[in-house]
Amino acid sequence: MRLSKFFLYLVLIVFAIFYLLPIYVILTTSLKSFSEVSLRSMWKLPKSISLDSFIIAWKGNPSKGLKGLSQNFMNSIYLVIPATIISSFLGSMNGYVFAKWKFRYSDTLFSIIIFGMFIPYQSVLIPMVQVLQKLRLYGSIPGLVFVHCVYGIPIATLIFRNYYASIPTEILEAARIDGAGFLSIYNRMILPVSMPGFAVVMIWQFTSIWNDFLFGLIVAQKPSIQPITVALNNLAGSYFVEWNIQMAGALLTAIPPLIIYIFLGRYFMRGLLAGSLAGT
Amino acid sequence: MNRNKWVSLIVSLLLVFSLSFPAFAQLKGEIEIFSWWTAGGEAEGLQALFDIYTKKYPDVKVINATVAGGAGTNAKAVLKTRMLGGDPPDTFQVHAGKELTDTWVKTGFMEPLTDLFKSEGWLKVMPKGILDIVSYRGNYWSVPVNIHRANVLWYNKKVFKDNGLTPPKTFDEFFKVADALKAKGVIPFVLGTKDGWEAAHVFETILIAKLGAEGYKGLWTGKTKWSNPKVTEALEILKKLFTYINPDHSAATWDEAYQYIISGKGAMSIMGDWAAGYFFSKGYPDFGWAPVPETAGVFDALSDSFGLPKGCKNRDNVIAFLRVLGSKEGQEAFNIKKGSIPARTDINKNLFPEYQKSCMEDWMKDTIVPSVIHGAAAAEGWVTEFKDVISLFIARPDISTTQKALIQIANRAGVKQ
Amino acid sequence: MRKIKEERILSFLFIAPSIVLISVFVYGFIIWTGWISLTNWRDVFPDFSFVGLRNYIDLFQNLRFQIDFKNIMVFTVLFLLSSIFIGLLLAILLDRKIRYENIFRSIYLFPMAISFIVTGVVWRWLLNPGTEASGSLGINMLLEQIGLGFLKSKWYTDPSIGIKAVVIAAVWQMSGYVMAMYLAGIRSIPGELSEAAQVDGASIWQIYRYIILPLLRPVTLGAVIILTHISLKIFDLVVAMTGAGIGFSCDVPALFMYDTTFRGNFFAQGAAIATILLISIAIIIVPYLRYSLKSGG
Repeated sequence: MRLSKFFLYLVLIVFAIFYLLPIYVILTTSLKSFSEVSLRSMWKLPKSISLDSFIIAWKGNPSKGLKGLSQNFMNSIYLVIPATIISSFLGSMNGYVFAKWKFRYSDTLFSIIIFGMFIPYQSVLIPMVQVLQKLRLYGSIPGLVFVHCVYGIPIATLIFRNYYASIPTEILEAARIDGAGFLSIYNRMILPVSMPGFAVVMIWQFTSIWNDFLFGLIVAQKPSIQPITVALNNLAGSYFVEWNIQMAGALLTAIPPLIIYIFLGRYFMRGLLAGSLAGT
Repeated sequence: MNRNKWVSLIVSLLLVFSLSFPAFAQLKGEIEIFSWWTAGGEAEGLQALFDIYTKKYPDVKVINATVAGGAGTNAKAVLKTRMLGGDPPDTFQVHAGKELTDTWVKTGFMEPLTDLFKSEGWLKVMPKGILDIVSYRGNYWSVPVNIHRANVLWYNKKVFKDNGLTPPKTFDEFFKVADALKAKGVIPFVLGTKDGWEAAHVFETILIAKLGAEGYKGLWTGKTKWSNPKVTEALEILKKLFTYINPDHSAATWDEAYQYIISGKGAMSIMGDWAAGYFFSKGYPDFGWAPVPETAGVFDALSDSFGLPKGCKNRDNVIAFLRVLGSKEGQEAFNIKKGSIPARTDINKNLFPEYQKSCMEDWMKDTIVPSVIHGAAAAEGWVTEFKDVISLFIARPDISTTQKALIQIANRAGVKQ
Repeated sequence: MRKIKEERILSFLFIAPSIVLISVFVYGFIIWTGWISLTNWRDVFPDFSFVGLRNYIDLFQNLRFQIDFKNIMVFTVLFLLSSIFIGLLLAILLDRKIRYENIFRSIYLFPMAISFIVTGVVWRWLLNPGTEASGSLGINMLLEQIGLGFLKSKWYTDPSIGIKAVVIAAVWQMSGYVMAMYLAGIRSIPGELSEAAQVDGASIWQIYRYIILPLLRPVTLGAVIILTHISLKIFDLVVAMTGAGIGFSCDVPALFMYDTTFRGNFFAQGAAIATILLISIAIIIVPYLRYSLKSGG
């Protein structure tokens, strides 16, 4: 029994090492000073901690024509906040109707909306470029916000509907008998208890919009509006960029979702499971 | 009229004039310049242009929009989405030739620059060969900044001397030399194929070798058929060539692989003359060069240029930039760093290193053919597929399948076989 | 009566913006893309002359697409098997009343929070075999240093490995997700079931084999569907990690779609690839959605 417990922990630890390996490389490499960075010593711990790589990844190095990620980081922030808030509210409104105000074919309509989260976005890219141009939204942060709002509706709707479905309908019926209407029920009874739902949806949306690459690549390529994932891919695609800077850039890109994961992991997990449907 | 009145009249006339010519007015705002020059000599050359520009127009903020990777293939995709989305950069790098005319000019995305060419006198100082590939239906559409030669055989002089070898003039000689080198434990042929276009570049030069200048040009117009046995022969040479290559070629970009030549572990390679810029930047000026075997007297050319897209937001700033680009000063500063030769012929040759001097001489006397993999000879769609077919050939060297695929893509590009 | 009608209208107004957006930006665009795939649009400038299924026929004869098709199959199968195996294994182990379960679980799941681009950039370095000039790099160097040099490989730069190297990064990122799904599934099984079996003298192995695993079938189904649809549309990871690779050994349909559309100007062909992707995903997702919503809702 003790031996089997030992093996159990051994397996768990070996896997933990596998998952942490890339983080180890990112951290140690990006914390080394430039004099210490050599490919031969990539697995060694830094002798002293230096933030030079982060400073260059953040600010860039104009003399070498290297653009830092600071502006892109801010672009991602400007983009992710409105997109998260708007899509969450749309999801909440939809969820309320689909959970509590069912009508004929509402379930079918619901699944038609949900299907939107599974489509390969390749199948909307070409019209998207054309339509955004017509709307004068192409190549701008508002354009990217708009796109993320639209394609965030399905998952937000799904999570909210499942969340609101757990609120007993009898309470709402009682309120209706007391004269409360559609809007006042939403405002006075649903919204006040929606915080956990909003937490799950907003965290999910924040992470997936922050991590998005394809829409950024297609809609926002101008250097001044590029989100950070697109800029990181560009930075890393260039062979002259030292790899400690690439690793520092990767860490900068990963930090916001990681912070959320570390502090609000519970909600993140619920969003994940909601995305798989079966867990709900 | 007293004197004061005359003075004020002249002053006001001058004012009116200065307003009507943007060049006299102080330019402001910004200019976004799109290219795939992110590294080494290319980036330094671009920076040299920016320096001249910002000295002249200190109030214009230069935005350097570069997209890295794959000899510009990534950048071209990004550019296309931006143009289609109606968000063009102010000016962008484009290969002169079909890439310019077929992709952007025919489709009405560009403004003609003929007036600028006339007023700046470029028609007199740029050779016809280069003016031809930036023109379409009687207008000029982009300003060429340089000329590169694609069919160069690079070699390590010391390795050749130590083994008593001379650069091969034919492919038969080439393989004899390669065998001799192999016997000495030197990697005969060096290339990196990580980005996917390098093998197609080599193949293009072999096609020139086997078909000659006219035959090669005919491939892209339909005069030469892709079923030609000379094409088969070229594929056979490419296949054989790759049996002499460094084993890690698929893990390396062309410049990473060139460490072999610098260190003397490898001997020869085929690449465009941006390799010269690379050798210099690595502190290795003692490289040897010769035309690719059987292509002496042919200059496989490509040219980078910049144009003026319709609807760009900072038109005056772009025109000022294009002026710098076409100026003697701009062309000299850029090309010395980049390792290419200027499109203008009236520059001071003595400023340039030896390789570029010899290249300028060849440019004046050789037969010029347009490079296909670098956008001059065929439309972009065809080039993309051509690159794909050859990239596949490297992984599975099946000659008859590949030749069939080459015929098929030519048909699809509208050049009937 | 009037009130009910008013509420009906209000409820429609609530969902109207989303319905309009989804019908235009999802379904309208899909139809538009489907139409483009039947035209002759092969230049920057649109050409909407109808050519029927020609783009699809061309595509299936296209060598690159044939390779992509094989690649995506290999990728999906390996990615699915490894993720499900690892996910299930970790979930079962974590369920064995482990100390520090929280910490282990958080470590296994954190890659899910990270962008595929970050994953790709890091794994490109880890699996970079290095050249002869640079010596071994990344994982190869580590293997050398801990005496496992014989495991060295050329990873994604070897055309015979290609996409299989990308599987490693994808499993690294997604297997924790599967673990979380299974763990939630195991935890939702009433404890009495296995306790009763234990009383009857069943071994731990038997309990998993005959009680828990069968009850986890819906979770497995969910995991298979979710992973398959992610796998079929994989793009970001490949772009950041390898690109198309030597002889397209790392290429996938989504990357081909981007390439041929925006590099090659073959818009119609790109639309055809997108449509094929959509159909293959719909084939697995639609039945699952119906099943899942019926049993869940």
